[in-house]
Amino acid sequence: MKSRAWQRLRQNRMAVACGAIFLAVAVFCYLGPIVAGLAGLDGTAIDTATGATPPSGGHWFGTDTLGRDMLVRVMIGGRIAILVAVVTTAIALAIGVTWGAVAAYAGGHVDNAMMRVVDALYGFPTVVLVIVVMSVFETKSIVALFALIGAISWLTMARITRGQVLGLKHREFVEAARAIGVPAHRILLRHVLPNAAGPVIVYATLALPQVMLTEAFLSFLGLGVQAPLASWGTLVTEGSSQIVVYPWLLAFPGILMGITVMSLNFLGDGLRDALDPQAHKLR
Amino acid sequence: MIRFLLGRLVASVLVILAVATASFLLLHAAPGGPFTTDARRSVAVQHAMEERYGLHDSMATQYLRELGSLARGDLGRSMKKDVSVNGLIAEHGPVSAIVGLLGLATAVILGITMGVFAAWKKNSWVDYLLMTLALVGISVPSFVLGPMMIAAISIHLGWLPPARIDGVSSYILPAITLGLIYLGTIARLTRGGMLDALGQDFIRTARAKGLPERRVIWKHALRVGILPVVTYLGPATAAMISGSFVVEKIFQIPGLGTYFINSITDRDYPVLTGVFVFYAAILVLLNLAVDLAYGVIDPRARRT
Repeated sequence: MKSRAWQRLRQNRMAVACGAIFLAVAVFCYLGPIVAGLAGLDGTAIDTATGATPPSGGHWFGTDTLGRDMLVRVMIGGRIAILVAVVTTAIALAIGVTWGAVAAYAGGHVDNAMMRVVDALYGFPTVVLVIVVMSVFETKSIVALFALIGAISWLTMARITRGQVLGLKHREFVEAARAIGVPAHRILLRHVLPNAAGPVIVYATLALPQVMLTEAFLSFLGLGVQAPLASWGTLVTEGSSQIVVYPWLLAFPGILMGITVMSLNFLGDGLRDALDPQAHKLR
Repeated sequence: MIRFLLGRLVASVLVILAVATASFLLLHAAPGGPFTTDARRSVAVQHAMEERYGLHDSMATQYLRELGSLARGDLGRSMKKDVSVNGLIAEHGPVSAIVGLLGLATAVILGITMGVFAAWKKNSWVDYLLMTLALVGISVPSFVLGPMMIAAISIHLGWLPPARIDGVSSYILPAITLGLIYLGTIARLTRGGMLDALGQDFIRTARAKGLPERRVIWKHALRVGILPVVTYLGPATAAMISGSFVVEKIFQIPGLGTYFINSITDRDYPVLTGVFVFYAAILVLLNLAVDLAYGVIDPRARRT
């Protein structure tokens, strides 16, 4: 079963290419600054005398208004963007899977109440709530950013997990485990959830780009990643105000972020089609 | 259906109540009182100001008073300027609403058209091209696309005004930028809904009685195929609200979104929470309307 899904994924050249692109971007961002450092570039050296210069042999992505090398800044911005995306997705995954699995396994009124909460939050301006919370508490910490974005991104995950667990909880191997007296939390953790992993992984992949865009959005409003740290979101924000004079300040972080989000979306789509060929026909 | 709608109505009231409570608690948890500023005031003045806003009453009293004024439709007053939140919404809301509705119209009309053609020509190059475009649209953030469009269309070509609302033409770029945020999602949802619809018996019946294919697609299938899009209108409006913050900032539109974001830097917490309650109320009402519309479009939903 699993290997057939793997085969289908490999036949989807677009998805495989996009997975490779994402890996390449990640390697570029994480190892790039080290290589650039050996070449004598470090994204923090300020040189106001040069100021913003267009891409050249010395600075492939040009320099920003403070004369900092944009290539290194874009790579470091990517590190933060990817880190935020992975950590917040992990938080969303933990909340969503727990919520969905408990709701489905408990069933009845508990399930009903828990899923009504999810329904209500779906039509709710959660991002606006995050903005209000972050500004009222005037928090600038990146940990708060992780927690808040994670806390609003688990809804789809809860629905997917619930659907999976509902389908699994009356299967014979689960009945068997229950019959020999395995406690509920152990049944969920050891017997049910591992079998629900496929779709959950798919939606985690699809949550990554979503979360990345949310972080960039908050950074654009001045609420996300704060200086001296810089994510693609903050770089794009700086660039967008200078688009007419220094277009490369927006172009490089913007395009790289677009490529990353896109490759994750295509990869997630491909994974979903591979695991559930039926979905490909419909969705 | 009636039972279902009543249930949704109760849930909606509960959501608004939760939002109001959350914003009340947030206001009180905010570091520093609303009058903590650099300005030096005598203790008596400070006390009088706090007294005026009823900050010396107990939490419960303040909470009930807040809910009471909310029930009367009063969203509170700014602590920095002498304006009410209701006044702000009346003044800045319409511009945001026009841009938002234009963006939504762009996204719905283009998105549904793309989705229908993709489903119609399933697994052809048309389908792949449209769906790739849709995914690209989902992936490029509006704050990258917006400035790029300004640079290309407004500055280099000089076709449309780059910023501010001044005449009809200045709505075009903001509406497109806002619409592109969910154009791709609507296209994908339409394609899925249409494929679902086209596989059903009533379509075979329509074809069997000799209706032209165009009519089968646009009249019979679309009515069912559009349902996922109708469901998505709630989340789409939520995306539109947060999108308006970005678009109004990029195009310097004096809308409610701009004012909301400005009140972050002004630390005007009553405006933040008041506008937040207003946004939540809009979304809750819209979700109710969507539930109703569902029953109108799909008679089968009325039975449950």
